[in-house]
Amino acid sequence: MAFGVVASGGPDCHLFSGCGFPAPGAEIFQFDAILSFTIGGLAFNISKVTFLLFLAVVLILGFFGYAFRKPKLVPRGAQNVGELGYLFIRDGIVRETIGKSGDKFIPFLFSFFFLVWILNFWGVVPGAQLPVTSIFAIPVTFAIIVYVTWVPLGIYKQGFVGFFKNIMFPPGVPKAMYILLTPIELISNFLVRPFTHAVRLFANMFAGHLLLATFSVAAFYLLSFSVIGILGSAASFSLAVLLTGFEAFIQALQAYIFTLLAAVYIGSALHAEH
Amino acid sequence: MFEFATLLAAESEEMPSVLAVPLDELIIGLIAFLIVFGGLAKFVLPKIKVTLDERANLIEGGLERAGKAEEEAATVLAEYQKQLAGAREEASAIRTAAQSDRTAIIEEARNEARSAAAVVTASAEAAMAAERAQAVAALTRQVGELALTLADKVVGEALSDDARVAATVDSFIADLERTAAN
Repeated sequence: MAFGVVASGGPDCHLFSGCGFPAPGAEIFQFDAILSFTIGGLAFNISKVTFLLFLAVVLILGFFGYAFRKPKLVPRGAQNVGELGYLFIRDGIVRETIGKSGDKFIPFLFSFFFLVWILNFWGVVPGAQLPVTSIFAIPVTFAIIVYVTWVPLGIYKQGFVGFFKNIMFPPGVPKAMYILLTPIELISNFLVRPFTHAVRLFANMFAGHLLLATFSVAAFYLLSFSVIGILGSAASFSLAVLLTGFEAFIQALQAYIFTLLAAVYIGSALHAEH
Repeated sequence: MFEFATLLAAESEEMPSVLAVPLDELIIGLIAFLIVFGGLAKFVLPKIKVTLDERANLIEGGLERAGKAEEEAATVLAEYQKQLAGAREEASAIRTAAQSDRTAIIEEARNEARSAAAVVTASAEAAMAAERAQAVAALTRQVGELALTLADKVVGEALSDDARVAATVDSFIADLERTAAN
């Protein structure tokens, strides 16, 4: 965000210094490439986003690799923490939504939860201060992975006709209702579902980041030798701090929701709904 | 989704939209997920799954063992109670047997005593009869002898004097009474 402040206003841009409020906009989600290379005609840009993404990968593999390096029957230290995460995914998400038959999807959902959470969490880590999931391509990638997992899985488990029939013609509904229901189910499950899955995560992180940036920039901008400046700056700073705590909660919640929805979709593919 | 994204990205060349989904970011995101998923699914999570299953088994095994022990205790208790009941029954049988034994013994003793008493009575009666017979015989003999003596005396005295005969008879009878008194 310090990035953003400098980029939008400059170090001397304060209230009463003849400088308008440099409201942070879309530009705080744009990052210059640190490194660029081309593979097969496609240019890859390694930026802050990419860096934080791979840092998250390393952290997740590093932590759980360390915690579960030699798992003991009586856990201690890092294994305790790791197990807490594992059991949260297993009992809190998989067993809750899919049941015991979903146990083989634990690694899949576990990866999603922790990857999304850490990527979100970068938003409040000093120095990083960018929720990587506020870059639309990242949630889109994840939503696509979930989509291309549960749709073929459903076709494989229930058969092509059975799968679509179960989704488009939910049982226990008067026949005439299908005229209304079938198009809605078709659109909501196959078109809207992946879109909302990605956008829900993206929009939350995007808005949260923008909010934090706005109040941080405001705290900086309002800082001047005047009553309104000091009060405004202090209020903005307090709000930025409060919102940071709130964001930390939202980040975990959104990671949970994303993973829970993925589990629900996989569950609907494994067993016919209703 | 894909076309929609590239469309958005292509639309604003200068300042890419926040909804842009560049293909390179998509691929990098996919790679990042695949590394995490592959690493966790292949190397990390199977280990903790095995450990957790093992722990669950241990706990279940412990519960099973406890259940077995409880069952065993119940069996032992039932057996013990059965044995106790058996012992009680046996004791009562023994007591009953002893009771009947005692009655039999008493009855036997009584019979024995009764028969012994009968024997004693019979022998006493026989002895008494014998003594009586003996006494009667002795008395008869004595009476005979006395009669003879009396007759002798009567004959020895002169049969002339009736008064003397009468005195002799009287003294004889007195003698006889004296003997009987002795």
